[in-house]
Amino acid sequence: MKGEIVQLWVYLSATPLFGLTATLVAYLAAVKIHEKFGSKPILNPVVIAVIMLVIMLSVTGMDYATYFDGAQFIHFLLGPATVALAVPLYRQMRKLRTVFFPLMSAIVAGIISGGISAVYIAEFLGASIETALSLAPKSVTAPVAMGIAEAIGGLPSLTAILVVTTGVIGAIIGTRLFDLIGCNDDSVKGVAMGVTSHGIGTARAFQVSSEMGAFSGLAMALSALFTSMLLPWLLTLMGYL
Amino acid sequence: MLATITLLLFYQLCGELLARYMELPVPGPVIGMLLLFLTLLARDALAETMEVTVEGLLKNLSLLFVPAGVGVITHFELLGENWPAISIALVISSILGMVVTALTMKFLMRSNRG
Repeated sequence: MKGEIVQLWVYLSATPLFGLTATLVAYLAAVKIHEKFGSKPILNPVVIAVIMLVIMLSVTGMDYATYFDGAQFIHFLLGPATVALAVPLYRQMRKLRTVFFPLMSAIVAGIISGGISAVYIAEFLGASIETALSLAPKSVTAPVAMGIAEAIGGLPSLTAILVVTTGVIGAIIGTRLFDLIGCNDDSVKGVAMGVTSHGIGTARAFQVSSEMGAFSGLAMALSALFTSMLLPWLLTLMGYL
Repeated sequence: MLATITLLLFYQLCGELLARYMELPVPGPVIGMLLLFLTLLARDALAETMEVTVEGLLKNLSLLFVPAGVGVITHFELLGENWPAISIALVISSILGMVVTALTMKFLMRSNRG
């Protein structure tokens, strides 16, 4: 019996089907748990799913590369999803026009303050230059952030983790923070959420209202564009490149 | 659905090629997004046909970050040494980024109206 199970596992661990299915099952379970406990931001589905999968990999001894052979099919969709942001962006065209100047200025201000402070704080606290640079693009959606990290001399795979963590942080503290600073306009809250916490923050914003979600998606798309243009230039200015 | 997915991949491919060919600092998917946006401005009906598939894709955006998140397993060593610096930097910069963005936009919207 035991021999059969081992054999079965040898087969399973060699096929990409396993990593792919495990990711979907873990995420669906995480969403269920998230909803069951009243959709509290602290129980973010991404965090729960990642914890479950990390435990699973540790227990089975499967390495990340083998897992990713299957999970890459999901990871790959980040690219088309980034392209797809053009649609909500286009949908919000009318509102976009009325707040064009405040919106653009706010996004640029957010990118500079968030990105630069992360690099300075990490370096001040003793992180290596490579780690600090990996932090710089943490607020934009994963494929873009990894591309930027590569271009500025960070570690793309580390950046990917930092991107996910930043997204979760924003999703957890965002709404409370906006209450604290007396900000109650959904379009403003959405923009701040999208600039800082990309897709994970946008998912959270859609829970609050569809307006907040649309603006978060919009901000996330624009910030991906601006960050990839601004960041290399800013870091050169700061003497890092 | 198939047409929309094909279109998204096609624009991403154009974006990647353009970024590589012209040595742009902007990643391919972002250029793809821009190209699609410009196309939508010229062809209004296209947004309508893409709507359902795009909504489905963006509704599950969080899922797409899970494989990258699991990558944390390969960086435990690096994070072990640096995690206090990294976490403090992430939390403070996130708060700062959100507050600066929200206040800038709020202030400029008010002065725009006034």
